[in-house]
Amino acid sequence: MVTATATRQLTYGQAVTEALRIAMREDPTVILMGEDIAGGAMVDHLVNDDAWGGPMGVTKGLVQEFGRDRVLDTPITEAGFIGAAVGAAATGLRPVAELMFVDFFGCCMDQIFDQGAKLRYMFGGKARCPVVIRTQIGAGVSAAGQHSGCHYSVFTHMPGIKAVIPSTPADAKGLLLSAIRDDDLVMFFENKVLYGMKGEVPEGDEGIPFGVADIKRDGDDVTVVAISRMVTQSLLAAEQLAAEGIEVEVIDPRTLSPLDEETILTSVAKTHRLVVVDEDNPRCSAATDIAALVADKGFDFLDAPIKLVTAPHTPVPFSPPLEAAYVPSPERIAETVRQIM
Amino acid sequence: MSSPSTAIEPAALDREQLLTMYERMVEIRTFEDLAGKNFAAGLVPGFVHLYAGEEAVAVGVCAHLTDRDYITSTHRGHGHCIAKGVDIPGMVAELMGKSTGVCKGKGGSMHIADVEKGMLGANGIVGGGIPLACGAALTAKTLGTGGVAVCFFGDGASNQGTFHEGLNLAAIWKLPVVFVCENNGYAESTPVGYHCAASDIANRASAYEIPGVVVDGFDLFAVHETAAEAIGRARRGDGPTLIEAKTYRYYGHFQGDMITYRTEEELNRYRQRDPIVAVKGYLLAHGLADEAGIDAIDARVTEKLDAAWVAAKAAAFPAVEETLTDVYVTY
Repeated sequence: MVTATATRQLTYGQAVTEALRIAMREDPTVILMGEDIAGGAMVDHLVNDDAWGGPMGVTKGLVQEFGRDRVLDTPITEAGFIGAAVGAAATGLRPVAELMFVDFFGCCMDQIFDQGAKLRYMFGGKARCPVVIRTQIGAGVSAAGQHSGCHYSVFTHMPGIKAVIPSTPADAKGLLLSAIRDDDLVMFFENKVLYGMKGEVPEGDEGIPFGVADIKRDGDDVTVVAISRMVTQSLLAAEQLAAEGIEVEVIDPRTLSPLDEETILTSVAKTHRLVVVDEDNPRCSAATDIAALVADKGFDFLDAPIKLVTAPHTPVPFSPPLEAAYVPSPERIAETVRQIM
Repeated sequence: MSSPSTAIEPAALDREQLLTMYERMVEIRTFEDLAGKNFAAGLVPGFVHLYAGEEAVAVGVCAHLTDRDYITSTHRGHGHCIAKGVDIPGMVAELMGKSTGVCKGKGGSMHIADVEKGMLGANGIVGGGIPLACGAALTAKTLGTGGVAVCFFGDGASNQGTFHEGLNLAAIWKLPVVFVCENNGYAESTPVGYHCAASDIANRASAYEIPGVVVDGFDLFAVHETAAEAIGRARRGDGPTLIEAKTYRYYGHFQGDMITYRTEEELNRYRQRDPIVAVKGYLLAHGLADEAGIDAIDARVTEKLDAAWVAAKAAAFPAVEETLTDVYVTY
């Protein structure tokens, strides 16, 4: 994207921190809630230096600027504090709650989908729920079965929830700013493997609109729709394939709900081939949803079967070789593309 | 009931306040009796859970609240709505699923709400509203509105994780929230003596080192006084209180419940002490109203409710296009 805005290198994690800081400066009703997000509660000497700022350090430094009334350490009580975030959102705050790992949604799903997501509809449009739930996804660090899932497909399924999944530092900043300013419940999925990824990030406070996919690489031969870390994996595959004369178009939907159907369909109309790459489990998933979209609305564009490259229908394994086999690799993506050329 | 009723003199209440509370209680009773009747007649889709018998709790607590204060509620939410000032004709229309309902017919009895009135919804999930009330209290505390949140829930909800998580969170953050457990003796059909390890649910407050108070939920003045103290404490920033109001529902868990789990004798014991009759008796005994005055209030309420049903019956159902609206603010 060509833009006049100045940029500089930040990591994905730093981009998230920057978006939180900008949003908190511009709106005093924005508060953060989560387990250890400030850190060092009741340990005075930690407040100004070594407080955790979350287990990944993403919220580090914010309590020093905004104080403990706006950066709230919660007990390990997901139903309690996620529900409180929903209640606070319905009554005038803009909470950004951190669900440390998405796998913990089982502890608080009622508050997310039965309360927050349905409230506006059940109340006849008279209420709004401007809450953001930031959460970590992704395999790759041997965090095993209960700290490694993706599960954004679950939330994409549910009306009343917006599902936002950045794959780059710039997208993380811009999408998080839009999420916090949004008047609906937003699930914001940060891939733990990407926190250290560096990239050019715009200065300033501009958000990236939802429902606008980003074409991460142009190509005429095959469309690869990839989500979160799978964008990086697909770009690596695209380089391998380019050496073989296959030009891959890599599309990052960036938000699964809402979904930019038009960009996907336009690309498939050009390339006539679709591969969807998704680290989430394969059944009733974002991948099957996008495949169904193209089968339904873009069938006549297709010159080959739609292919999916996904994690298997298993929990995430612990042992490194098993985990490596679980996550779609550039090689697997490239091989799948070759099959339909 | 472990707390025998001792009539508390409502010293702090003037005649007008007493008459207003009496009228609210009659509104709730009349609303519920008509809802039951019209449900049986097939005019109300879905489920209804009636609050008759428990009126003194909602009215005694909500008398201390204004629109800046929030409440969360339960399956059995009509009484809380009325006590909090939600529009009654809009409620009746909501029960019928009409476009003129307070939720445009999209919530129904189990999700009836009016955020502008500080009513954050009846709730189809037992214990679901408890964290929400903590959140409303967090808003009041963060923005310094001076408001409080009152969280109504039943004895059944006191066994949910959200109850324990909510009480702990409110206690550590000193949130301006009052937890009001309406112990009506049964979680659906299961008696509290079976489902709850505590002899008094209020005892559970001690685990969170907050005040826990048992009050006779059939005694309007006792509820009013207990709530005054708890709400005052919350408003002063001194943190939450758990009130357990021992009460009873005259109807079943839901309309259609055959109520095989309790006896007619038990019901009649409670009906002998009816909270509305008790308030009426007090008003008459103290010369605050005469029979004609009481009759006029009762007649006014009946007329209002009858008119609300006539209007709701005549109102249109929502247009089918409404199915697709109000999911998001923007999408």
